[in-house]
Amino acid sequence: MDKNSNILARLDWITVILWLVMMAMGWLNIYAAVYNENHTSIFDLSQRYGKQLMFIIAALVLAVFVMVTDNKLWFFFAWFIYGFFMLLLILVLVLGKEVNGARAWFDFGAFGLQPSEFAKFATGLALASYLNSQRQLYNTRTMVSATAIILSPALLIALQPDMGSVITYFAFFIVLYREGMSIWVFITAILAVVLFLLTLMLGNLPVAVGLLVVAAIALIVTSGYKVSLRAAGVMAVAGGVAYAAGHYLLDLELVLIILIAVLLAGIVYAWYIYRQKMKNQAAIYVFLLFGLLYLFTVDYAFHNVLKPHQQTRINIMLGVEADPYGEGYNLNQSLISIGSGGFAGKGYLNGTQTKFKFVPEQSTDFIFCTVGEEWGFIGSTVVIGFFVWLLLRLLMMAERQRTTFVRAYGYGVFGLFLVHFFVNIGMTIGVMPVIGIPLPFFSYGGSSLWGFTILLFIFLRLDAGRTEYLG
Amino acid sequence: MAVVLLLALILIVRLFYIQIVDKTYRVSAANNALRPVTQYPARGLIYDRNGELIVYNQAAYDLLVIPVHTSAFDTARFNNILGITMDDFRARMKSALSYSRRAPSVFMKMISSETYALLQEELYRFPGFYVQARTLRKYTRPVAAHLLGYVGEVDNKLISKDKYYRSGDYIGVSGIEKSYEEHLRGRKGVNIFLVDVHNNIKGSYAEGRFDTVAIPGTSLWSTLDLSLQEYGERLMQNKTGSIVAIEPATGEILTLVSSPTYDPSLLVGRIRSENFSMLQADTVKPLFDRALMASYPPGSTFKIMNGLIGLQEGVIRPTSLFSCSNGYHVGSLTVGCHSHRSPLDLPEAVAQSCNAWFCNAFRNILENPDYSSVHDAYDKWREYLVAFGFGNKLGIDLPNELSGFIPASSYYDRYYGKDRWKALTVISLAIGQGEIGATPLQMANMAAVIANRGSFYIPHVVKKIGDNGAPSPLYTQKYITGISPENFEPVIEGMEGAVNGGPGSTARGARLDSIIICGKTGTAQNPHGKDHSIFVAFAPKDNPQIAIAVYVENAGFGSTFAAPIASLLIEKYLTGEVKRTYLEDHVLKMVIKPGGQE
Repeated sequence: MDKNSNILARLDWITVILWLVMMAMGWLNIYAAVYNENHTSIFDLSQRYGKQLMFIIAALVLAVFVMVTDNKLWFFFAWFIYGFFMLLLILVLVLGKEVNGARAWFDFGAFGLQPSEFAKFATGLALASYLNSQRQLYNTRTMVSATAIILSPALLIALQPDMGSVITYFAFFIVLYREGMSIWVFITAILAVVLFLLTLMLGNLPVAVGLLVVAAIALIVTSGYKVSLRAAGVMAVAGGVAYAAGHYLLDLELVLIILIAVLLAGIVYAWYIYRQKMKNQAAIYVFLLFGLLYLFTVDYAFHNVLKPHQQTRINIMLGVEADPYGEGYNLNQSLISIGSGGFAGKGYLNGTQTKFKFVPEQSTDFIFCTVGEEWGFIGSTVVIGFFVWLLLRLLMMAERQRTTFVRAYGYGVFGLFLVHFFVNIGMTIGVMPVIGIPLPFFSYGGSSLWGFTILLFIFLRLDAGRTEYLG
Repeated sequence: MAVVLLLALILIVRLFYIQIVDKTYRVSAANNALRPVTQYPARGLIYDRNGELIVYNQAAYDLLVIPVHTSAFDTARFNNILGITMDDFRARMKSALSYSRRAPSVFMKMISSETYALLQEELYRFPGFYVQARTLRKYTRPVAAHLLGYVGEVDNKLISKDKYYRSGDYIGVSGIEKSYEEHLRGRKGVNIFLVDVHNNIKGSYAEGRFDTVAIPGTSLWSTLDLSLQEYGERLMQNKTGSIVAIEPATGEILTLVSSPTYDPSLLVGRIRSENFSMLQADTVKPLFDRALMASYPPGSTFKIMNGLIGLQEGVIRPTSLFSCSNGYHVGSLTVGCHSHRSPLDLPEAVAQSCNAWFCNAFRNILENPDYSSVHDAYDKWREYLVAFGFGNKLGIDLPNELSGFIPASSYYDRYYGKDRWKALTVISLAIGQGEIGATPLQMANMAAVIANRGSFYIPHVVKKIGDNGAPSPLYTQKYITGISPENFEPVIEGMEGAVNGGPGSTARGARLDSIIICGKTGTAQNPHGKDHSIFVAFAPKDNPQIAIAVYVENAGFGSTFAAPIASLLIEKYLTGEVKRTYLEDHVLKMVIKPGGQE
């Protein structure tokens, strides 16, 4: 009893209130998004807002349940939970119901469960547990193991395929960064993702040229014009040779010629760089070479490993291929919807774009359209403000932990919310490519609401018991 | 922390830009109701063989509704314009809603031009409603209903099977409209319009990038001779039966009459379903295309076939004489015949339609010592008939053709037991009675084969697809029947005699002074009433231009009714006008009640 009251006293009520407020706002917007005159009862289970209300009530129960558990449970059973959800992710590939071309759901008749939403907190726990057990985080072995923990569920989700959810798993690299991973590894990882997306969206030639330009700028900045000019000269000669050989003799495509030129230049230049001990140039060269090789791997993997329908799905996800109303229909409708909201919005339930259902998936991934149209710039800013508040609160809480376990988990929670928040809102206003992931506590759907609630409340529970000893 | 704030700032700046700085989105939103308007292409026209227009299109308008785009409006005024009641309105709205809330559905079909004009002015007051132009079929003359067919709405079964069709689309349901649907329909287009909240079209969406242009249907030149068709239908008035006339040299169908018929314009537009039920309920079955779908025993006209096969097999000669004593008598079996001079040779037997002669000939065919059994000889006999197009669908370019029936030897094996039947068992086949059945189309094709002395093209009703088009390649391939040309001459001589010969000839009523018509009468036994009168013919004897089969149900002997009708049509087609008005009057005055009971 003493312990329980202790927990309530130590519970971070600000976060709890933020959570409640966001769920309430989310529900109001779902109501607006699916509103029609014929069904106005908020408990109407044939309508999405009726169902979401049930989901919210269930989420409250889940939150209470998590709060009454013992702190040590999450620590000791982290691996067991991780294993359990990995198993579910495998099972869903076999037993799952195919919706929109992806096997992401277990179908229970009246409702479905999406294991990828729950695997997030499981991955966070496992990663935190692993990092907690390591004395030394800077060595490669630890980083490789940690990466494997993060990417294993992501790989299984990629098989569904649900590329949007896969991308969110990269949020866990924020944890590694906090626990000592070099910022460069982190940047490399982000670059890899960016390069991957850019290659698929723009084609590999523009990206290859882009890499050359970036390398050239880096060289100028670090080594000055003299060295850069010399390097450019070597590149030009190597490029000329490669072009002559590749184009006239072998009829190679331009990107391959660039790669050969860089390799040639590298062979000629290696000795010079070595003798002069030019670390910066070497690093830039390595960056360029690996960048180009990566480009090819992505390109090859995409066109030869993935099946045509998977390519199409990725292309559609990236907006490279057109949907029935043409390329960028979703984004265009979303922009019109949000843009027409103006400063103060059109008023609750008065959004014409919302009412006429121009934006597909408006109650799920594009729920922010309703916010933007009906509540305007003010409402949008308030929602963003709430997210910023939540994120900063999470950051603060993570930093006040004594154990690596809870801190690492906290950063995982922070990272996931950050990615979901930025990618989701970003895609509705054209800052990010269209990637189908939900906006936490706003988007319609039981799985995502419950997944995020459990994710958050495990952290709140661990935080409330931060003075207790875990081991 | 800085990262969080930076990312939030990016979002807020972007929101500030699209929501406050950039006004274009607000304008877009006002025009953002997208309305896809299907552009229905005009259906292809149909001409007759002389380039005379038969079928064309007239404009009609469908009123459509998108339920989610509707809002409160003056329903009383609306119903007043359309002339419907409030209950009717509710029912229509409900059915539109049950189809889809967001997709357009037809609220009222084919509203008249006057209503359309009235509605168009006030349409802005009825958000969610709009009008779509359609075309309906129109006919220059009320003829050839069976051949042309009609257009109806697609059913749900087809919609789920064929992606081209959407609910409310039209499709050819029968006749040429059905068999040439893919040419006639053209291709639908779509215009996507921006519509504001006041239901006004603000222009095309994305500069028409997603619009497609409707491609009009391809016109068809049919093989039909419209005047001849009209004349044939006139002659068949008050009679049940059919006429098929073919140009022998090409297989082109000149006339395809099934009587009783109906005015094709009855099955167009809103009156269609009502009239269809009425026609379907009619006891004389006007919708039934007898020319293609009725199978009769060919009767005496079939003697021609047995004569030809006998000559080709070498079991009879043109000069073969068989005697006849009022019939054919073997033991207890008797096939009766009328009184005539005896014995007769082949041409005389054809001209006078002697049953005994052809029983003898048929027996010779089946008991031919060249074959090991009657069974094998029968198979050979059947082979010739199949080569003539009997027993199978000929493959005319119209739907629902019947194949007729020529029993295979296995049929008799099953019926009598293997090797338990002989020539006498199936002797009625000698005179075209018994189990066999052939359609008027097949009989006309037989006449064409004889006119061509042994070959034919599959009968067809479309000679050109498109202005400079060709018929389907199916119809430019020549079929050979396996009967040598010289074997046709004695039979043709007999057919000439039947029409132009002396006393005893069966079809003297078909005689024409100026042109030599070759013909053969027949009587199809009808177990349900009076026998059917049949006449097959071609003319002129040399270089034939027309081959014809005429059936008049319940009219008795072929010579009385079918022969004069065929003769009049031949006269009309070959000379351009009918001089024998007395014969024409006689035919027009004939009334034969279905069933034939006097």
